[in-house]
Amino acid sequence: MNISDPTETFRQEARELLEQLEAGLLDLEQDPSNGDLINSAFRALHTIKGSGAMFGFTAVAEFVHEFETAFDQVRKGQSHANAALIEVALDAKDHIHLLIETPEAQVDGGEAILANLRSVIAGGAPSKAVSAAKTPETAASTDPSPVPVVKSTWRLEFYLPSDALIYGTNPILLLEELAQIGPTSVTALTDRVPELKALDPEVPYIGWRVDIEAEDPTAAIDDVFLFLRDNMELSLTRLDTPPASQASAAPAQTTTAAPTEPEPVPAPKAAAPSASASSPSPKPKAPAGADSADRAGASSLRVPAERLDELMDRVGELVIAQARLSQIAGLSSDTALKTIAEELERLSSGLRDTTMGIRMVPIGTLFSRFRRLVHDLSGELGKPIEFITTGEETELDKTMIERLADPLVHLIRNAVDHGLESAEKRAAAGKPAKGVVRLSAVYSGAEVSISVTDDGAGLDTARIRAKAEENGLITPETKLTDQELHHLIFAPGFSTAKEVTSLSGRGVGMDVVKRTIDGLRGTIDVISRPGEGSTMTLRLPLTLAIIDGMLVRVGNGRYTIPLAAVEECVELPEGIEAHAKGRNFLDIRGALVPYLRLREVFGTTAEPEPHQKVVIVSSGEGRVGLVVDQIIGNNQTVIKQLSKLHSGIKSFSGATILGDGTVALILDTAHLVAAGQSYVDRNITGRAA
Amino acid sequence: MSQAQEHQPESMTALTIRLDDELFAVEAGRVREILDLVPVTEVPNAPDFVGGLINVRGRVVPLADLRVMFGMNRPEPDEDTRIVVMEVDMDGEPTIAGILADKVHDVTVIEAASIEEAPKVGMRWRPEFIKGIGKRNGGFIIIPNMERIFETPGARTAPVTASEERPAS
Repeated sequence: MNISDPTETFRQEARELLEQLEAGLLDLEQDPSNGDLINSAFRALHTIKGSGAMFGFTAVAEFVHEFETAFDQVRKGQSHANAALIEVALDAKDHIHLLIETPEAQVDGGEAILANLRSVIAGGAPSKAVSAAKTPETAASTDPSPVPVVKSTWRLEFYLPSDALIYGTNPILLLEELAQIGPTSVTALTDRVPELKALDPEVPYIGWRVDIEAEDPTAAIDDVFLFLRDNMELSLTRLDTPPASQASAAPAQTTTAAPTEPEPVPAPKAAAPSASASSPSPKPKAPAGADSADRAGASSLRVPAERLDELMDRVGELVIAQARLSQIAGLSSDTALKTIAEELERLSSGLRDTTMGIRMVPIGTLFSRFRRLVHDLSGELGKPIEFITTGEETELDKTMIERLADPLVHLIRNAVDHGLESAEKRAAAGKPAKGVVRLSAVYSGAEVSISVTDDGAGLDTARIRAKAEENGLITPETKLTDQELHHLIFAPGFSTAKEVTSLSGRGVGMDVVKRTIDGLRGTIDVISRPGEGSTMTLRLPLTLAIIDGMLVRVGNGRYTIPLAAVEECVELPEGIEAHAKGRNFLDIRGALVPYLRLREVFGTTAEPEPHQKVVIVSSGEGRVGLVVDQIIGNNQTVIKQLSKLHSGIKSFSGATILGDGTVALILDTAHLVAAGQSYVDRNITGRAA
Repeated sequence: MSQAQEHQPESMTALTIRLDDELFAVEAGRVREILDLVPVTEVPNAPDFVGGLINVRGRVVPLADLRVMFGMNRPEPDEDTRIVVMEVDMDGEPTIAGILADKVHDVTVIEAASIEEAPKVGMRWRPEFIKGIGKRNGGFIIIPNMERIFETPGARTAPVTASEERPAS
């Protein structure tokens, strides 16, 4: 279905282009004179227009066309990108999105947005107001009614690049687009059509001569051929000489227009013989970008996520099979077998890494979505906000990123709505008027931590307490530390917002966030300092479907410890058994590290090894020693999720299949560290008491 | 919905298996495959009902022992022991699980007319775990209510609840 439905493909592509457009517009707000940004926004629009028309989204194509025409003023430097323009352009982008998602629905408001857009652009460059308002009209209709400007007939001759048809260019559509510039008469040039036996049906041999009546069609023609200009032959000449009185005006116009082009580049190579020096249409900068867009198109591929999952499963099975082969080869004395087993090991680990890499997506793709959110919230709530993101390059599994979107929206909304104070309050507290919301991602061991920080007032513990008592979550007698109070915000149905706003305060936020994060086997933590702001930190496993593991034996069972969490392995000192009841600490180079006897944790009854080993693992700040019977070695571990039947057992984060085909459980180091740590706490407090 | 089924039993194509000395019938359409006994990995601290994991063609699948839920004897595995890999609904989600069977008999059709509701009294098993009782060749076949048996709370409060994190307690 994904493949056969072209409109869905268009929607997907358009969604991405709109995202790109939005990012471009937001960047433009910061850097209004950046020509590259303007061009990239323009290109996104142009592509949406083109493919929209191709897939029958005429409303989209028409609207985008108007948008594009208006925006073209900015591209040509006739108007400037300012905050007002960005604002209305974002509205227009949303409108396009609406048109694309619900083509059958009658979406109003488009005309109003366009009117706004035109007036903003006109405001930016009053002298061009007429042309800004006029261009859409002439372009939208082929109404030949004369406009009070000089019109002359231009002769355009063009031959498409030989691969144009292969890339889906439809010459008819091009001609139709040209017809929108002004009244045209079209003649086909068949001089290059070869004899039938030499004819390649995929090559457009036919050229066209188009006589257009227009004032100065250069820019419009450039737009029509935006994506083809590099390899095509094109010439444009003016046929009639305008009356003398206007003759001076027309060239003046071309000369003034030329410098406003972002980067005039030499005329297209291999211009047709008839090319005249009189009107080498300045090549807009876009083709260079279109080039890179083409290249990106060739080197990136859209693949349904399920296929990636399938690939991952296959690779997982391959890795397991390879591990079995290595095991057998290790026992054999056949050197040829050993060689091929080693070769296969190398190949499969390479394949594993590549496959993993495919699924990993930089979290920046997600972060960029939030810029718009903050931008809108800032306007809606009247709070000026500086939104800082760091660690965009941090990579996470794609499915993980998708499932993080909603929780992060909640956290950011909360930070803006509840966290940041109003401008007056900020001023009273002696803080800069602009609130800061920070979104950052960073690797920490085998986890990624993502935090949302605001420099607002911090959590109001008194209000949380009052609310919790009101909701019956705690009784007035309950004694809680600030930290415990902060955690109450994750309780279901809890919200301290005094009134329900459209943004937050319905009390369905934080508990949903917590549930989602729990579902991802992550944790959420909150740190808040009164008057200084609060930080919400999500810690998430990378959920790499395959990790490097260390295989250990406890009793008769074999278990895998994620290697990333392993710090070191030591022998359990002899004689420590004697104190087993009293203190379960190891002295690791002066630091006391608690240890857990996995034999006890797992209730193993098998005979213990005389020399037990300790694997020191860490998670976040904490460390714990895990006492095992034997350290077997390292292995590639394909993580398989445990079913719901076993999800209640916190010691394990999953299972894997070993080389001999049996199942081994993967230890959840974060949980074990926490268990060890709480043991330490109890022990210390116990001794103090 | 299951309520309605209980009152108006339909005829079912069933795989009959023996657990201890009782005959059980599971929906044949949900059975994926039947395996000889494979090495079982014990899950420490898991309830006895789902105390193990097995590898089914590269998948890690929980192994359930229905005999625990019915409080039956658990004879040691012998040459007749099989694992019935089947789909069960866990809280509405289809999940693949292995069911330990002391012997697998055959696939048979149990006529609707011969299926009766489980008696509420006079039975040594929890009635909610039984969908109905079919009759065949003068004997009884128990049709277990897999959805109820695999309901998460039911599974978790299985007879033996090992305390987790012994040192922490």
